[in-house]
Amino acid sequence: METLLEPLSYAFFQKGLVVAALSGALLGLIGVYIVLRGMSYIGHGLSHSIFGGFAAAQLFAAQFYALAAGLWGIASALAITVVVKKSRVGADAAIGVITIASFALGVALFAKFGSSGPSFENALFGSILGISVGQIVGLVAVSVLTAAFVFLRYRALLFSTFDPEVAAVSGVRVNRIEAALMIVLSLAILATLTVIGVTLVAAMLVIPAVIARMLTDSFGRMLAYSTAIGLASGFVGMYLSYYAGVPSGTMIVLVGATAFVIVLAITGGRGLRRSAGLDSHSEDLLAEPAA
Amino acid sequence: MTGTGVGPELIRLDGASASYGHHRVLTDVSFHVHEDQFTGIVGPSGAGKTTLLRLLLGTLAPIAGDVSRRPDLRVSYVPQLETVNWNFPVTVMECVLMSRTRGRRLPWASRQEKADVHGVLDRLGIGGLAERHIRQLSGGQQQRMFLARALLRQPQLLLMDEPTSGVDVSTRHDILHLLGDLHEDGVAIVLTTHDLNGMAAHLPHLVCVNHRIVADGTPAEVITPAVLEQTFGARMEVLEHLGMRVVVDEAPSNFMAGGG
Repeated sequence: METLLEPLSYAFFQKGLVVAALSGALLGLIGVYIVLRGMSYIGHGLSHSIFGGFAAAQLFAAQFYALAAGLWGIASALAITVVVKKSRVGADAAIGVITIASFALGVALFAKFGSSGPSFENALFGSILGISVGQIVGLVAVSVLTAAFVFLRYRALLFSTFDPEVAAVSGVRVNRIEAALMIVLSLAILATLTVIGVTLVAAMLVIPAVIARMLTDSFGRMLAYSTAIGLASGFVGMYLSYYAGVPSGTMIVLVGATAFVIVLAITGGRGLRRSAGLDSHSEDLLAEPAA
Repeated sequence: MTGTGVGPELIRLDGASASYGHHRVLTDVSFHVHEDQFTGIVGPSGAGKTTLLRLLLGTLAPIAGDVSRRPDLRVSYVPQLETVNWNFPVTVMECVLMSRTRGRRLPWASRQEKADVHGVLDRLGIGGLAERHIRQLSGGQQQRMFLARALLRQPQLLLMDEPTSGVDVSTRHDILHLLGDLHEDGVAIVLTTHDLNGMAAHLPHLVCVNHRIVADGTPAEVITPAVLEQTFGARMEVLEHLGMRVVVDEAPSNFMAGGG
């Protein structure tokens, strides 16, 4: 027991624990919509895109780099939405081109001019212990904003995720909802980037939602489970990272992945069948014929 | 059933054309939907039936021509079952409630909303399935669930895309009866179908489509070998059975003779 309580005596750890749990919950909540829309890859792409903005912003507006990186991410998300709607390019290809090009630009800028803010490694893998008060305030604000968005637009979000064409006919402003979701997603990635890291944010967007889908057939319960699983992964991962001496983001993702394996072992084929439809390419895979 | 469309007008397409990119799907379509209409849009796959529905729905803008709608018209749409992600995590109750997009903003349903959903599910004969996941329903039950979602909005016009596709004969009869009852209650209905004998022949009004409107009228007027050949591009025979038109493919011997 003493071993468990020991890290809590450090203020930096208490702060890290709260931030990790909140980050996990935030990504778990928004991840449900991303996964059910078959957009899992966008989390991966946007986190890389924001990294590019991060690097560029440090050159021109170092004191506002977080704001500038956020705007860069939002612009990338909206650009992807526009490219997909206006051209014959699929979402996966649009995400690949726009966001990875942005990431490459970030790497080039870091290499050429160096960084006046967070180090390259911290940006990639997260550095929860070096998080500033301003970043904590930002994370709390984005979490409150996301929760309010999901709560107040619950029905419109659900309808436009399940069936956008019928939702539009039924009076839902689908384009507005999609744009708002992209903005909230960009902000959530930006707020958690310094905690979990560029390379690992995408995993925490997807893993809690997939585990939750394996556990339930109800949308409302999936939202609650995914948020709780994200929160628990953040909490446990932070604790384990203290003892293992590895970056917090890495351990948070490993805890989530372990939970996935455990739930898969328990739910077996039933869980797999539920989650099969999460990937549009596997729509009919393992599907039971309707009675 | 009556309803070839003589009541007040709900939607009007005048010379409308539609395309996806450079691919023209419909050309110069004029089609009026009235309050007491019950119409089947008939045609082969790829003829533009669903595109015509999209023009009526307003989810697709015409590249030429005009579409006008009565202000504040309440329209409900039932999509093809094949287009739905049946693995999506929603129960029947959650799915039907989706159409309540106005008024209450809280995520959970009020007591009144739950009563409304149970009422419409009972009416459609699936009252005990509210807590089931949507994939656990049969094809007919899935169709009724979407009908329930559409009816919860109390529509003036119901548009349905292939409502009897993939369902058995008994379910097809049930759906036809349900739609007949709804029409009697004053709901205008426009649906697409490629099922000539099981569906189209039972409807009061048909529109035959093959990238344009080929013919328009009662089944007796449009289910003729000439119209069917123009619509489907294949020769068919039309027989009379108990006062109804029955379409049969041309006899196999004719095919063999034609094919040499």
